[in-house]
Amino acid sequence: MTKKINWLVIVTGLVVGAAAILLTAFGNPANMGFCIACFLRDIAGATHLHGAEIVQYVRPEIVGLVLGATIMALATGEFKARAGSSPATRFVLGMFVMIGALVFLGCPLRMVIRMGGGDLNAFVGLAGFFIGILIGIFFLKKGFTLKRSYAVAKSEGAVLPAVLVVLLVLAIAVPTLFAFSESGPGSKHAPVILSLVVALVVGALAQKSRLCMVGGMRDAVMFRDFNLLSGFVAVFVAVLLGNVILGNFHGFSAYLQPIAHASQLWNLLGMVLVGWGSVLLGGCPLRQLILAGEGNGDSAVTVFGMIVGAAFAHNFKLAGAAAKLGEDGVYSAGGISVNGKVAVAIGAVVLLVISIWNIAKKKEAK
Amino acid sequence: MIDARGLSCPVPVVMVQQEVKKNAPAELVVMVDNRVAVENITRFARSQSYEVAVKDVDGEFELTLKK
Repeated sequence: MTKKINWLVIVTGLVVGAAAILLTAFGNPANMGFCIACFLRDIAGATHLHGAEIVQYVRPEIVGLVLGATIMALATGEFKARAGSSPATRFVLGMFVMIGALVFLGCPLRMVIRMGGGDLNAFVGLAGFFIGILIGIFFLKKGFTLKRSYAVAKSEGAVLPAVLVVLLVLAIAVPTLFAFSESGPGSKHAPVILSLVVALVVGALAQKSRLCMVGGMRDAVMFRDFNLLSGFVAVFVAVLLGNVILGNFHGFSAYLQPIAHASQLWNLLGMVLVGWGSVLLGGCPLRQLILAGEGNGDSAVTVFGMIVGAAFAHNFKLAGAAAKLGEDGVYSAGGISVNGKVAVAIGAVVLLVISIWNIAKKKEAK
Repeated sequence: MIDARGLSCPVPVVMVQQEVKKNAPAELVVMVDNRVAVENITRFARSQSYEVAVKDVDGEFELTLKK
């Protein structure tokens, strides 16, 4: 719709992509410089909400992203404590967005990072993500809304930033309280200070630019507005270039990609849930963190929902299992359990019910 | 007048889009309470050849769209 190029969104996308490459070079798991779903899942594990030993770590990136957004919002007068827009519904949506993401093995941001790493499975995820967004748009056009939020005490807006700061301080001061992975993705991480500082910068930029992985496609389809989509593309370009420069790019393939499975139907369907749920929530998991940092209590509740969803995903064995080469050299494409498949189906039903129930009557919408 | 205060994006833009599509008003006043909505409605309105004036009213925003 607009021909004007928003350089802030593009620069933010490039910085996010470069930051992801940097964090991976310094220890984060492959194609997982940033992954909001994975990192919240690791926090759920570290705080003993689930017992999957390979995914437990207090990720400073989550703390940095939220705090960066808080600092930027305070500096620019955009910090506003608001809440009351269907919080319980948002909690449930957060849970199922997380379950969908863990079936696929990544949030929309990691999906783009995986695409930039040459992972073809992530392109299947992208197709599902787009289908989910189209379903969400259908209901938005029908009048879907989670209703109004209201001004609340400033302290409400500070809840998530405060909880995360206390969590990080405790994790550093009394690490024995927490579970930390000794192997697997949870054991792989960049130095705490680096993760925190990089995420602070990214959080501040994401707040200012409104970067959102779901918003890009949604706005392009609904309003012919390519503003946010340019950020999405910028992340992909930066990650691809970064991988090429560092010699980590080996062409596009679906075979044995890092922390990914090749069960394509479930890559697709997992991301349908994520796209659909994120449109209903008004933003991707990254955007929910940033909004929570700006004082939005509803987004903070959504983040708590995502953490609980992650705990469910591992306690009930819903998450995808990555492809691997066994010791005998036999390739396993990975995939998800029957429980996981049932959870995706339940998620679709739940999203459908929420989508229909929250279509405003004509009078209400005004 | 569209009162989109308290609603999070993209709902305010959808409300404006539907009003423009249905009635094509020469002038439309929209109330919102966050800058993201101001930015998004302004971009949409300009794409539909409206001029947009924004007034800050006690931390809330009144947008006047004119053709």
